[in-house]
Amino acid sequence: MSTPQTLRAAAVKVNGKDTRLDGVPVHTTLLDWLRDRGLTGAKEGCAEGECGACSVLVARPGIDSPTEWTAVNACLLPAAALDGQEIITSEGLGSPAELHPVQEEMAVRGGSQCGFCTPGFVCSMAAEYYRPARTPCAGDHEHGPNGFDLHALSGNLCRCTGYRPIRDAAYALGVPEENDALAARRSSPPPAAAATRLSFDGAEFLRPASLDDVLGLLAERPDARIVAGSTDVGVEVNLRGVRAPLVVAVDRLAELREFEVGTDEIRIGAALTLSELERLLDGRVPLLGQLFPQFASRLIRNGATIGGNLGTGSPIGDTPPALLALDASLVLASHRGERVVALSDYFTGYRETLKAPDELIRAVLIPLPLASMTAFHKIAKRRFDDISSVAVGYAVEVADGVVSQARIGLGGVAATPLRAHATEDALIGKPWTEVSVREAAAVMASEGTPMDDHRASASYRSAMLGQSLLRFYAQQLSPEGVSA
Amino acid sequence: MSALSQRPQRAVVGLPLPHESAALHVTGQALYTDDLVMRTRDVLHAFPVQSPHAHARILSLKVKPAYDVPGVVRVLTGEDVPGVNDAGVKHDEPLFPDEVMFHGHAICWVLAETLEAARLGAAAVEVEYEPLPSLVTVREAIAAGNFQGTGRHLESGDVEGALAAAPHVFSGEFEFAGQEHFYLETNAALALVDEGGQIFVQSSTQHPSETQEIVAHVLGVASHAVTVQCLRMGGGFGGKEMQPHGFAAIAALGATLTGRPVRLRLNRTQDITMTGKRHGFHSEWRAGFDDDGHLVALDATITADGGWSLDLSEPVLARAMCHIDNSYWIPNVRVDGRIARTNKTSQTAFRGFGGPQGMLVVEDLLGRCAPLLGYDPMELRRRNLYQSQHSTPYGMPVRHAERLEACWGEVLERGGIEQRKAEIDAFNATHPDTKRAIAMTPVKFGISFNLTAFNQAGALVHVYKDGSVLINHGGTEMGQGLHTKMLQVAATCLGVPLSRVRLAPTRTDKVPNTSATAASSGADLNGAAIKNACEQIRERLEQVAAGKLGINPKDVRFVDGAVRGLSFGSDTLSWDEVVLAAYFQRVQLWAAGFYRTEGLHWDANAMRGEPFKYFAYGVAAAEVEVDGFTGAYKLRQVDIVHDVGDSLSPLIDLGQIEGGFVQGAGWLTLEDLRWDESDGPHRGRLATQAASTYKLPSFSEMPEVFNVRLLEKAHEDGAVYGSKAVGEPPLMLAFSVREALRQAAAAFGPAGTSVDLPSPATPEAVYWALDRARSNSDSRSHSHSHSHSREFVGSEGR
Repeated sequence: MSTPQTLRAAAVKVNGKDTRLDGVPVHTTLLDWLRDRGLTGAKEGCAEGECGACSVLVARPGIDSPTEWTAVNACLLPAAALDGQEIITSEGLGSPAELHPVQEEMAVRGGSQCGFCTPGFVCSMAAEYYRPARTPCAGDHEHGPNGFDLHALSGNLCRCTGYRPIRDAAYALGVPEENDALAARRSSPPPAAAATRLSFDGAEFLRPASLDDVLGLLAERPDARIVAGSTDVGVEVNLRGVRAPLVVAVDRLAELREFEVGTDEIRIGAALTLSELERLLDGRVPLLGQLFPQFASRLIRNGATIGGNLGTGSPIGDTPPALLALDASLVLASHRGERVVALSDYFTGYRETLKAPDELIRAVLIPLPLASMTAFHKIAKRRFDDISSVAVGYAVEVADGVVSQARIGLGGVAATPLRAHATEDALIGKPWTEVSVREAAAVMASEGTPMDDHRASASYRSAMLGQSLLRFYAQQLSPEGVSA
Repeated sequence: MSALSQRPQRAVVGLPLPHESAALHVTGQALYTDDLVMRTRDVLHAFPVQSPHAHARILSLKVKPAYDVPGVVRVLTGEDVPGVNDAGVKHDEPLFPDEVMFHGHAICWVLAETLEAARLGAAAVEVEYEPLPSLVTVREAIAAGNFQGTGRHLESGDVEGALAAAPHVFSGEFEFAGQEHFYLETNAALALVDEGGQIFVQSSTQHPSETQEIVAHVLGVASHAVTVQCLRMGGGFGGKEMQPHGFAAIAALGATLTGRPVRLRLNRTQDITMTGKRHGFHSEWRAGFDDDGHLVALDATITADGGWSLDLSEPVLARAMCHIDNSYWIPNVRVDGRIARTNKTSQTAFRGFGGPQGMLVVEDLLGRCAPLLGYDPMELRRRNLYQSQHSTPYGMPVRHAERLEACWGEVLERGGIEQRKAEIDAFNATHPDTKRAIAMTPVKFGISFNLTAFNQAGALVHVYKDGSVLINHGGTEMGQGLHTKMLQVAATCLGVPLSRVRLAPTRTDKVPNTSATAASSGADLNGAAIKNACEQIRERLEQVAAGKLGINPKDVRFVDGAVRGLSFGSDTLSWDEVVLAAYFQRVQLWAAGFYRTEGLHWDANAMRGEPFKYFAYGVAAAEVEVDGFTGAYKLRQVDIVHDVGDSLSPLIDLGQIEGGFVQGAGWLTLEDLRWDESDGPHRGRLATQAASTYKLPSFSEMPEVFNVRLLEKAHEDGAVYGSKAVGEPPLMLAFSVREALRQAAAAFGPAGTSVDLPSPATPEAVYWALDRARSNSDSRSHSHSHSHSREFVGSEGR
């Protein structure tokens, strides 16, 4: 196998200044690395990507412009993953003497009280400020008249203000000035992914240049920890002290970032982030369109990849119930070749899957055409940025008043995501009426083997399964009559 | 109008200004304790060894393996303590325990060159435990009779007689959860040894003087050998009133033993599992109503879940008992209060300090009883509001009670409440699966520390020869805008532009013996102390200016940096030239200010007196929409009118009201402390110990429409420049959200349904509540809530 040669010194361009990366432990987060260099604006509030106090801007490949300033959680990313990249922190946006427009609005409108979460809010807000497609609109409860999408701040927590002044600051933002350097930066390409090899104290961080290199490496070192957005791995590093001897970054590999809408299927590269996917699909898969805004937060979606959400094998991931309903399958790649497995066969046990240690998820395939009635229901304590206690994906087809096809994916009610086969059987061939739906809902309430935990009781989870089907039926009858 | 409350013309107080550090906040340049680490050389990092048992005796502690970890420099244990091995003021909190009292209790601390090495060193420490029986819930402690501290009894009127005579008597039981502070900045301290053995501790603390005292007694030195500084906190909310002391002491102990700076910063999980929270309470009550819906008698026993040690539980309990009336006139009251000891974190101050818990009992009671009495809950509450001739159960006249009615009326009118109620009725009639409701609740909150001695403050004001002003006071900044207000007070009193005044960080060698920045009293106390210092300087400068202007000193006025006489034709001097002239005349240009709140008295044993300078009032209306399929809800609109007196700083006060409200709504609806109550291996462990499991309100919980107004014509004669305290009272306006949820759940059932709602009212809790209400109207079976079942004995009407 070939390994990348590091001819240049590993470095990150921080606020316009090249800053050397060498001599840093492999597990060091971007946040700790920045703070160790005196840039203490970004803060650690939770170390698990929940609070956004560590938010910074990264120059990423864009969809609406060559480069887009993308806000990410610095507490989750390994600093090594930023080799060759450009980032901007709150200190780089402006100074007390020359406030950035985002900083100005936050300051004068009372958007900061204790100020600890503020640099993170400022960075998340700046990313939305620079979003190329942000244009004035009518506005609603989640959008300002300036086109500001409040979901941009869904991954930032404030304990002081109650959020109203922060929202007002966001909604008061204009457009960047002509001479705004960060706005101008969007029209030239982002930094290429740098082939990286960093080692410290026996541990290694590698960013191979090609998929073949990764697969070769995996064949030799099945213990390698694959990292894409690091939204899951970062939590293990910070909260559970996991220290992998070899970390392999795959998020920028072109082979994992394919996107193709064919006649029979949609092919989605595993390393596409949820944010990218939301925009690439652009409503083409309504079931996923309902899912995206409910999936964690924008900060997480900017890093988290669809492959990563499946790779963990978690029973409470949000994409599996949706993808199960869509009858998706996965392309698994290894040095031995590729194979396609149905997602319904993929999950084999609690955090266990069919994927062999030397395999990598390369792509997700969604067959076309899509069912005409679909929905995604997520039961959680909080509407933005929460982990589901129960998640349900629906894809139902009704012909001549009779259910001809029904696929229901469930999360949070068993050791793995699963299909609600008994409920599907109870629906298929039956008239699509309240009576038969109620009968099927009773079946659905006994699907899976839900547990009691801090998120919800087992009885609530079961009740939510049955209620979900009733709600799905009610939504199909009258979308406006049911709470979103 | 008192001299204290009177405002000069063109006052800087009253202007809506952003936070004094706003420009530093937004640019990431505001420094917090842990930001100083990179500016300090050779820092050692501290990491704790935490107990995996709720209650256990430590049989042996082997620290040697930690020293085998590269980078470990020192392990701190009880044997290292030169002074008193205690981190509290009650001497019941050993800094290094022999017996662990809760899951997560720190046993010893490892100091190392890096945080990573300290973590690995802590993991290498070997501890042998003998697990002991534990009490995890307040009910277990009550059953076992395990209480701590002093129980209290508050009584007025003839409760038994009134209950016997009341036509409607209800009884109930209600247990409700506490709340994690979740300040975004976790506890942090950085200690170093100056020359001569002087200890300097940077600490994220609301109470620097007490942090100083604890550090001194742990080290066995006098207070003058320890200086504590707090630049600012990334949130406090009461959680840094007592909790920081032990952490500062660990850092200081490490610094004295190693001679190197020691940094101690808790990560989030450590902070949640080691530090105290808002007390959960258990309550049992009997309440009597007359035929007109007046609450004529209340008999309650309330039990605070204190956790493993006393901390501030006694004053928290006292405040809870003093607020069980909330805003309602109850002629006959008996309250028994006690503090349970459980094997959990030692619960502590949290915004409201027991007040919210006391009020929650009566608000819950009214919400449950209103349907049974046949009253609209809004009408039932309004009928019971205090009037100006009334006194509280502890004998304090309710001064300005008419402001309750004023706030109520303004919310009613500006919120368009009656019309919206009609709209809601129409909506509910046509939406079987979605229900809306609107609820209004009042707040009356007593301002001052219950303990009279704490109601004092000091300040230090310097005027330099160039006319610039530096102020310092005993209060700490945690985001509440205290420093902003203090700058405004100084600028107002000296008559200089705000830009001429700068504020230096809070530290114990500037102002000694300070009280905690707590009880919403920061601006009242410190503002008055700063005003006092500024007045001393101003009076001296009046003499100087009078001489130069050839007028009577009483006629000198300081406005906007100009000094002139009263008359129109007066000459004008600049502030700077008067200051410089004063220097050359050898006039003292600095002053120490002091303030003590007058007119307070409190008999803690009898629970009688006038412990508060005044009451802060407010009223909120909240409208919610509840989804019948899931119990999920939205906060559609909130309307608030709140009494802050004549605001010192309206933008700051608005932020306190909004933020307090949302934080209160978080406590009552979303935030869920789940302790392992099983007999399994993790008994006593907090299951919700991270941001991913303990959910704070986020943007999605913000009210869709949020209207907040400050009550007008609200001058408060007893406080600085006519203002009122604002930190805590608005939190309790959030009862309106909980009551609206109760009413929306009830709307799924037949009219007159009384709904029993757990707290927090999570979507799951609301679902079970509405499911029970719904099954009143049809025969569908229902499941039982996972949360504690509560007994509710219906009307004993006779």
